[in-house]
Amino acid sequence: MTAVSNAMDQQKGSDDKPLLVVDDLRTYFEVPAGSVKAVDGVSLSLGRGRTLGVVGESGSGKTVLSRSIMGLNVASNAHTTGSVLYDGQELVGMPIKDMKHLWGASMAMVFQDPMTSLNPVVKVGRQLTEHMRHHLGLSKAEAKENAVELLRSVRIPEPEERFGNYPHQLSGGMRQRVSIAIALACGPKMLFADEPTTALDVTVQHQILNLLAQQQQERGMTMILVTHDLGVVAGRADEIAVMYAGKVVEKAPTKTLFSEMHHPYTQALLWSIPKTSNPKHTRLSAISGRPPDLVNPPSGCKFSPRCPYAQDRCHEEEPSLAKGVGEGHTFACHMPVGSPASQEAFDRNLEAGLPQTLAAAGRIGATEDLPIESWQ
Amino acid sequence: MAGSGIAHLRDAADTLLQARELTVEFPLGGDRIVHAVSGISFDIAKGETLGLVGESGCGKSTTGRAILQLPSPTRGSVTLNGEDLTALDSGAMRAHRTDVQMIFQDPISSLNPRRSIGDVVAEPLHVWGPKDKELQWEIVAKMLDAVGIDPDVARHKYPHEFSGGQCQRISIARALVLEPELIICDEPVSALDVSVQAQILNLLEDLKAEHGLTLVFIAHDLAVVKNISDRVAVMYLGKMCEMSESDELYAHPAHPYTQLLLESSPIPDPTVEIDSEMIAGGELPSPINPPSGCRFRTRCDRADDTCSDVEPMMRRIKDDHHVACHHPLVPVEEVTVDIS
Repeated sequence: MTAVSNAMDQQKGSDDKPLLVVDDLRTYFEVPAGSVKAVDGVSLSLGRGRTLGVVGESGSGKTVLSRSIMGLNVASNAHTTGSVLYDGQELVGMPIKDMKHLWGASMAMVFQDPMTSLNPVVKVGRQLTEHMRHHLGLSKAEAKENAVELLRSVRIPEPEERFGNYPHQLSGGMRQRVSIAIALACGPKMLFADEPTTALDVTVQHQILNLLAQQQQERGMTMILVTHDLGVVAGRADEIAVMYAGKVVEKAPTKTLFSEMHHPYTQALLWSIPKTSNPKHTRLSAISGRPPDLVNPPSGCKFSPRCPYAQDRCHEEEPSLAKGVGEGHTFACHMPVGSPASQEAFDRNLEAGLPQTLAAAGRIGATEDLPIESWQ
Repeated sequence: MAGSGIAHLRDAADTLLQARELTVEFPLGGDRIVHAVSGISFDIAKGETLGLVGESGCGKSTTGRAILQLPSPTRGSVTLNGEDLTALDSGAMRAHRTDVQMIFQDPISSLNPRRSIGDVVAEPLHVWGPKDKELQWEIVAKMLDAVGIDPDVARHKYPHEFSGGQCQRISIARALVLEPELIICDEPVSALDVSVQAQILNLLEDLKAEHGLTLVFIAHDLAVVKNISDRVAVMYLGKMCEMSESDELYAHPAHPYTQLLLESSPIPDPTVEIDSEMIAGGELPSPINPPSGCRFRTRCDRADDTCSDVEPMMRRIKDDHHVACHHPLVPVEEVTVDIS
C-alpha cells in the first residue's frame, strides 16, 4: 500500500526525533462531587517504531491517557491541559475539524471490546473502506481491493467472503482482527491498542498480540499498548509506564523494570499475578484496599494507604519522579524497593502489624485487609 | 480429547460428587442440536477443589450448571452424596438445592440492584433458614464478616455503592449462608483486576479451609486455576481432554491442547522467549457439527487418520493423571483400568 510506504519513507528521514512527546498532560472531568483528576501530570516521549506498555488497575487513568493523547475526550465536562507534540504538531487545543485529518489516518485505536466497537448493522466491508475512501481518496473498487488485502494480512480466512459479512457472523477473535484491520487501513504512524485482548481467550490473545507485533514491525508503526496485565506487555513492549491514580509512578525499559523495579506498586502488581510456575495453593500477595478516590485523593503519595513500605513521610509529602540507575528508568517513591531503607520500613510495618504489609507478606487472608473507612 | 471414558474416575469412599457420561444438548429446531457437553465424567472428593479450564464455548459453564440441574443434563447422572440428582423430581431436587450453591462471573449484575445487601444475603434464609429475623441477621452478619465486609455498614447499602471486588465478596457470602457442601464458582475472578483477583482467591482458600467446602472452580486463566485447584480438568468443545492433579498437569501436560493453552498464557517475565509464530488459525469448530473422532484434531499438529476415525478414550499416565489422546505427549499405560 502506498500510504504505508510513504509513512516508512518519512520515518527514515526523521528517525532521531521522537514521534510523540507528552508534557504535563492533565485531564480533569468536572462532576457534581468535584473534579476527577483522571490524568494528573503525565510526561513521556516515545521514539518512532517503539512500543510503550501502559499498565495499571482499573481507574488508574491508563485509558483516559490514551484518549487524551488522541484528543478523544470531547465531553463538555472534560478539560485537557498540557502539551501533546505529535510529529511536530501540538494536539492539545487543536480544533476537531483539524483532528479529523489525523484520526484514523495518522493515528488509530484498537478498542477493548470487539463486540461493541464495530457497528452491528453495517457490513464489515463498509466499515473497513469508509475511512480509506475518505482519507486516501480511493475509488470504491480500489478500497475494496485494499480491504481484502488487509483482511488477508490480519489472517482472516476467505477475506472476499468476510468482506460482505456483518460483525455478528464472526467470532470474537475474528472481530478483533477486523478492528485491527480497520485501524491499520490508512497506514497510521501511531497505533493505540487499549486492552486489545482482555475480552479474548488466552489462545486468541496470544495470536492477536503476535499479529499486532508483526504488523507493527512490517509497517514501522509506533504503538501504545494499554493493559492491566503485566504478563501481556512483558515480552512485547520496549518500555513500560506504570500508572496509579492518574500519574506515571514508574517508567523504564521493560527488562530494567522487571529486574530493578523500584516502585512498590509495580512490585505489588507483579506479585499479585498467579504464576503457572508456582506450586498449587501458593498464597498470593494481595494489594489491600482499592484504588483511591480521584476527586479527593489521599495526601502525600497516592499509593501510601495501600503501600506495604509506607512511612510517615509518604503520607505527607508527594514524591516526584527521580532517575534510577538504569538508562531511562524513572520512579516516584520515597522508599524505593530494593533500598536498605525500604527493607527496614517493611520490617517495621510488619512488626506494627499494618494490614497492607501483612497482606503483601501473605500472612493473613484478604478478609482483613479492606479499609472499611473508605466507604464509611 | 476430546474423548470419553471413565478410566480417570476414582474409587474413593469420600467422593462427594460424581458425574457420569454427562451430556447437555440444546435443540435448535430442525435436526440441528448444539452439543454443549458430550459425555464427560468426573468425580470430586470432599474438601477438594476441581478446576475446569478451557476456551469460551468449551462447555465448562454448562457443566457447572448441569451439576445444579439448571438445566438438567440431557443424559448422564450427577450423584451427590450417593443420591442421583437427575432422578429426583423438582420437589425433591428443591430440598437438595441448599447443598450446592453458585458464584457467578459478573459480581455486579448477579446482585439485585434494588435490594439492600442485608436483604440480598438473607434471601436464601427467607426460604430455608430460621424464621426469626434476628437470628437470620445474625447468620448474615457472620458471613459478611467472614468475607471481609463490615455487616453493620453494608446492611442498608445497595450493590452500586460497592466496588466489583466487594460485590464478589457479597456474592460469596450469599452462597455461604446456607452452609452448602459444594460451591460452583463460574469464572468468579475474570471480571476483576489482578490485585482484587488475588484477594478473592486468597479469600476462597481461607473459607474453604474454615468451612470445609468443596469447590468446582471454572475459569479460562490457567494460572488462576492452578493456584486454587487440587485437580484440573481440561475441556475442549464439550469433551474432557485431560484430568490430573494440578502440579503434575502443568509440569507434564500430555494433551496437545493442554500444551497449546500453556504456551499461550502470558508470562510476566521479559526474559522468557515468546513463540511469535502463532498468528492464525485456532478457531473453535461449531458445537452444532463437531469434528468426528477426536474433536481437537482440526487444530492439532499430531492428528492423523486414527484421530478422525476413532474417538480417544481416557487413558492412565500415572496415578491421578489421565489423558484422552491417541498421540499424547507423555507415554500412557496401555492397560486401562476400569473401575466400574
